Amino acid sequence: MSETATQDAPATESATERRLNMIEAINDALDVSMGRDEDVVVMGEDVGYFGGVFRCTAGLQEKYGKTRVFDTPINECGIIAVAVGMGAYGLRPVPEIQFADYIYPGLDQLISEAARLRYRSAGEYIAPMTVRSPFGGGIFGGQTHSQSPEAIFTHVSGLKTVIPATPYDAKGLLISCIEDNDPVIFFEPKRIYNGPFSGYYDKPVQPWKKFDASVVPEGYYKIPLGKARQVTEGEQLTILAYGTMVHVVEAVCREKGVEADILDLRTLVPLDIEAIEASVERTGRCLIVHEATRTSGFGAELSALVTERCFYHLEAPVERVTGFDTPYPHSLEWAYFPGPIRIGEAIDKILKD
Amino acid sequence: MADRPEGNAAKGDNRPKLSLHVPEPKYRPGDTVDFSHIDVPAAGSMARPDEACDPAEMRDMAFGLVRVLGEDNKAHGPWDPKLDPDTLRTMLGHMAMTRAFDERMFRGQRQGKTSFYMKCTGEEATSVSASMALAADDMVFPSYRQQGILIQRGYPMIEMINQIYSNKGDKLKGRQLPIMYSSREHSFFTISGNLATQTPQAVGWAMASAMKGDSRIAATWVGEGSTAEGDFHSACTFATVYNAPVILNVINNQWAISSFSGFAGAERTTFAARALGYGLAGLRVDGNDALACYAAEQWAANRARANAGPTLIEFFTYRAEGHSTSDDPSGYRSAQEREEWPLGDPVMRLKNHLIAIGEWDEERQEKMDLEAAEHVKKVTKEAEANGILGHGLHHPFRTMFEDVFEELPWHLQEQANQAVRERETKFPEGLPTKGVQG
Repeated sequence: MSETATQDAPATESATERRLNMIEAINDALDVSMGRDEDVVVMGEDVGYFGGVFRCTAGLQEKYGKTRVFDTPINECGIIAVAVGMGAYGLRPVPEIQFADYIYPGLDQLISEAARLRYRSAGEYIAPMTVRSPFGGGIFGGQTHSQSPEAIFTHVSGLKTVIPATPYDAKGLLISCIEDNDPVIFFEPKRIYNGPFSGYYDKPVQPWKKFDASVVPEGYYKIPLGKARQVTEGEQLTILAYGTMVHVVEAVCREKGVEADILDLRTLVPLDIEAIEASVERTGRCLIVHEATRTSGFGAELSALVTERCFYHLEAPVERVTGFDTPYPHSLEWAYFPGPIRIGEAIDKILKD
Repeated sequence: MADRPEGNAAKGDNRPKLSLHVPEPKYRPGDTVDFSHIDVPAAGSMARPDEACDPAEMRDMAFGLVRVLGEDNKAHGPWDPKLDPDTLRTMLGHMAMTRAFDERMFRGQRQGKTSFYMKCTGEEATSVSASMALAADDMVFPSYRQQGILIQRGYPMIEMINQIYSNKGDKLKGRQLPIMYSSREHSFFTISGNLATQTPQAVGWAMASAMKGDSRIAATWVGEGSTAEGDFHSACTFATVYNAPVILNVINNQWAISSFSGFAGAERTTFAARALGYGLAGLRVDGNDALACYAAEQWAANRARANAGPTLIEFFTYRAEGHSTSDDPSGYRSAQEREEWPLGDPVMRLKNHLIAIGEWDEERQEKMDLEAAEHVKKVTKEAEANGILGHGLHHPFRTMFEDVFEELPWHLQEQANQAVRERETKFPEGLPTKGVQG
């Protein structure tokens, strides 16, 4: 965990290492995986010739051909379903759902089919697919291009849910997901595709290349699923976050001078419960932050786990900071977003006594 | 009524009142059945187009009915697959075995040996004959009423019964509702239970086969009722877009539990005609005519194997029994329907054909039926040695947590420990001697 502890620190010198933004890192992961295993195939709306609306699959069709990288009909049910069939054949499909908000027509194929295949056939058939999808708000996407539906998937037995927060992690985690023999939902926080986000929408975005977490080695490496990343070490409180919110909480803590033990969960299922317990037992205080709506969000699960397992170490109630239980409004998206004020208030409340 | 705009009606304009059409089957319990409205063209009257033909040339085939066996029990016309008598007897044998199996398993459910069963009575040809037209390693994605495929492919019957009983011999570890078989070895996909989900999956498998330059094709079966699912539209769309080597078999058995085919659109058009809008080859076939079923599936298989494209086949048949052991068809349809069904019974028709060509007789039929019943009875007894549902001979508790993921994560390990603790609390003196597995 700690070997990557400094990834979010600003770059100190002009490193000669290759620096990539998250889009390039994801593209690199796909490229490396396709180069190593000819059973890896990429498909989705606009992913072929055009290279994806966010450019994550740019150049792959040219390199690997149209039978391994291809456009699909606008039919998410069909995209997931044919990936199930391809997995049964022996391929490792990596379907892209253009926005996480569009994934719902494919839910039955994910929940009733992909997630259950191994179980219902006692291992005769598996669904070794990785469903990539950009998620989260902060790009003026309105209510249909901003959602964070991760809790829908963490609630399903048989699905893994993975969310990277840095380019380095995005590549290593995605390669792990593609090689995994279980279906994985890989949500890409699109607000931080190009650079980490402090939570201040009115400040200019800093590109990834200014941060060490953008140093992405060439070639093959993996980050194991189920292992959290220690973002910062601190004794005052534990903060559990993932995706975009990792960077927001880090910025808020820096600004407030709070020394927080920030864990980037990276994988929601399977969850790194050991890292969570160890941290909360040390700090005695726990804040959970996610962008998704609050009720039945993954924060509720985290809160329950921390309360069940660390209750006698807690010195304050577990707090959650989340998006509101409304659709993501277009013009008021920054009022919805769990930004520095909401997070700051929660930190103050936890540290009060 | 909820608030709504007033609209023009309130202003008193003279547009006609709209009315909603809710489909209603022609016959309900007690009604006299008259199927004379069903057009039954003469056997042999349908042309057989080239297997590589343009779907646009096949309009007649999507609205007509491919039939081979005539009233005279002889095979007629260009669709006659000209099978040798041995093959015909094998086909008849599989169909008779399927029927005998259904009889026994249905009875087993009534005797409390399992929770659920589904017969395919009257539809045997749509799985047995169709399956015979495929290669043994062509991948099938069945719905829940294609037990005939497993019987035709030589899947051990004891495995089927173990699965139905969810006993300790069930290789699916008692996880699936009875009849939701799976056999990778027999290129038979795991049956879902959610409807029509297998149709686009079959297309995906076929796409993969084409991507890899393989020679195997895929075939899927779906009921006419479930063609209403979006998945079926996904299947047709992906099949046509990628010219996938796949056969989409629609079993139009007229009934989806208690809802007649009108609720899937049958009042307006045929199911085979769905093919036209997608640019798929479409065939409408007498599903109670084993030779027509074979010939149509063979036509589609040849087409797919030659990269000439996917085919949608509607097998026009009749579900002679209830949907499953859980419904009583006398509560929603006329019992006369089965007797009056204008396309007869597939087993009888094939039997009569074999007799008509001098390759079979009633005596041999009787003997075959008896042997089939005896065989099923014998295998059932063997399976019962592995236990029946609810009598304790199930798989070990820990298997409940296996195969959710490839590896057991911590949260499932904790829950598995809980399940073991609960068992120990229930049986503090140790496990009862009779059969309960640890």
